[in-house]
Amino acid sequence: MEPVIELDGLEVRFGSRAILKNLKVSLNGRAIGLLGPNGAGKSTLLNTLLGFHKPSAGTARIFGRDVRTSARAVRSLIGYMPENDSFIAGMSGVHFVRLMAELAGLPKEHALERAHEAFFYVGLGEVRYRAVGTYSLGMKQMAKLAQAIAHGPKLLFLDEPTNGLDPPARTRMIQLIQEIRDRGDLHLVLSSHLLRDVEECCDQVLILKDGNIAAVCNLEEERRMNRRFLEIETRGGSNGDFLSAIEALGCETAAGAQGRIKLILPDGLEVRQLYEIAARQDVQIRRLSHKRDSLEDIFLKAMEAKATEAADGRI
Amino acid sequence: MAVYKKTYRPYEGSLTPGWSRFLVITRYAFEELRSSRFLTIFYIASFLYPLIAAILIYVRHNASALGLVGARNANQLISINVVFFLTLLGWQSMLALFLAAFIGPGQISPDLANNALALYFARPFSRTEYVLGKMSVLVILLSLMTWVPGLLLFLLQGYLEGGGWMGDNWRFAYGVFFGAWIWILILSLLALALSAWVKWKPAAGGLMFGVFFVAAAFGGIANAVERTNWGNLLNIGYLVGSVWVDLFEGGNRTTNGAVFFRVPQGEELPMWCTYAALAALCGICLYMLARKIRGTEVVR
Repeated sequence: MEPVIELDGLEVRFGSRAILKNLKVSLNGRAIGLLGPNGAGKSTLLNTLLGFHKPSAGTARIFGRDVRTSARAVRSLIGYMPENDSFIAGMSGVHFVRLMAELAGLPKEHALERAHEAFFYVGLGEVRYRAVGTYSLGMKQMAKLAQAIAHGPKLLFLDEPTNGLDPPARTRMIQLIQEIRDRGDLHLVLSSHLLRDVEECCDQVLILKDGNIAAVCNLEEERRMNRRFLEIETRGGSNGDFLSAIEALGCETAAGAQGRIKLILPDGLEVRQLYEIAARQDVQIRRLSHKRDSLEDIFLKAMEAKATEAADGRI
Repeated sequence: MAVYKKTYRPYEGSLTPGWSRFLVITRYAFEELRSSRFLTIFYIASFLYPLIAAILIYVRHNASALGLVGARNANQLISINVVFFLTLLGWQSMLALFLAAFIGPGQISPDLANNALALYFARPFSRTEYVLGKMSVLVILLSLMTWVPGLLLFLLQGYLEGGGWMGDNWRFAYGVFFGAWIWILILSLLALALSAWVKWKPAAGGLMFGVFFVAAAFGGIANAVERTNWGNLLNIGYLVGSVWVDLFEGGNRTTNGAVFFRVPQGEELPMWCTYAALAALCGICLYMLARKIRGTEVVR
């Protein structure tokens, strides 16, 4: 499958200061999270992919197209929701989105129809004739999402989409992003410093730190792994016999103190079968928990990693 | 898809050709301008002079019309010559300056103030197309009030005069067309450049006049103090007037430029200097635009 985003030794400098350093990665996820502390280079990476910054070395490709040599073709595939307030003062919401859709190449009748649809879709149907400048912060965020999707892009860049939203508005925004993702018509890149947003929406995460790649992880795989990793606490019977029995079924085990066992279930083995074996061995399973290596753990590990730069630009 | 199906769907319809997308900006800008009553009245009023000029041409060739008011030989007083067309161009160009100062500053500054440029350039739409789209608004409006009526009057005069008048006086049409275009180009670039750098619209409008009149005053002071003519390089009115005289009359100069665009005799500068100064002004404006018209501002 063609990578959605491919960075090949990408380096971006502002004057003598390197902002992105020799980034090499290939991202294929349906929803790609871009994580990192402030100043890590997330927005610079998005801006470079949009062609706003010229790479000083290396290159980046989107769906196989070079962002430098095929900038126009690349941008025709993208919908962009910027981090900051971005609108045209005095224009009504639907007029604004229509203009943006027309600039993306839609004929004016289609652009108008799609602008109305986009406004209803993001929940601003009732205020679509009001000037964008009079919208609340939450409404402006939704209007920015509407202009990003109105022309039906293949790749959606969302830069801090939940910034400044109250909890219900945030929930609504996350639901919309999940819905767009689940339809499967487009890929999205979500840049955020909020781990929860990325965890709820993305299946692949690129973590940046000081312009380097700190980690790349497939959240889907992590979740699958987490589902197979168990910690149980047993009482009674012979713990040794129980361990031997479950190992015989293919589990990897590690016994701890006071009847605690960590184990990895092989594919095809269900938790129910552990209870059946325990019953046969006269062992009580008092507690069973799925180990959860959350995105927060992954992020913290990446941030704490010793800042020694490898040759490929990863920490 | 009907609006009630509130769901996301990709777009699979046709797309407009890339070359024509800059006109989207122009169309939206016109829609906005149309809502200003003051602008509409001013614009209509700006055609008063060409209308009077058309009446003069008509009367010049219809002595019977003057006979109705008892001034049968008054047509001998009306001369349709280089001064007639230069004066028309001068008046219309001065009105064009007012119009550009009124609508120019509102072209780019609101987009910059509201960070809208990132949205424009995140689409298959270049910086050049953006400037072209914004500039087209000014070019169309200013053309309609300068060279378009100028050429129509030239055709009217040629038609009424007959006998090869147009062939003998082709330089009038040439001067009106290219002279107006040079002025429009300078005005448009200057208005857009100031709009990109000065976010407060009234200040940008005021600065437009400042560039023309204050710079000319400085040039005049420099001339007086240094006893030279080189201060005229700061006087845009002088520079444009020189170019107009060159376009209208070539080497055989008989006039001192146009109204508001005077070229006093004895103060002429070499023509290449005049053209170079105007080219430098356009270059500075383009540089100013290139610095500001970006998808995102880089803080080094």
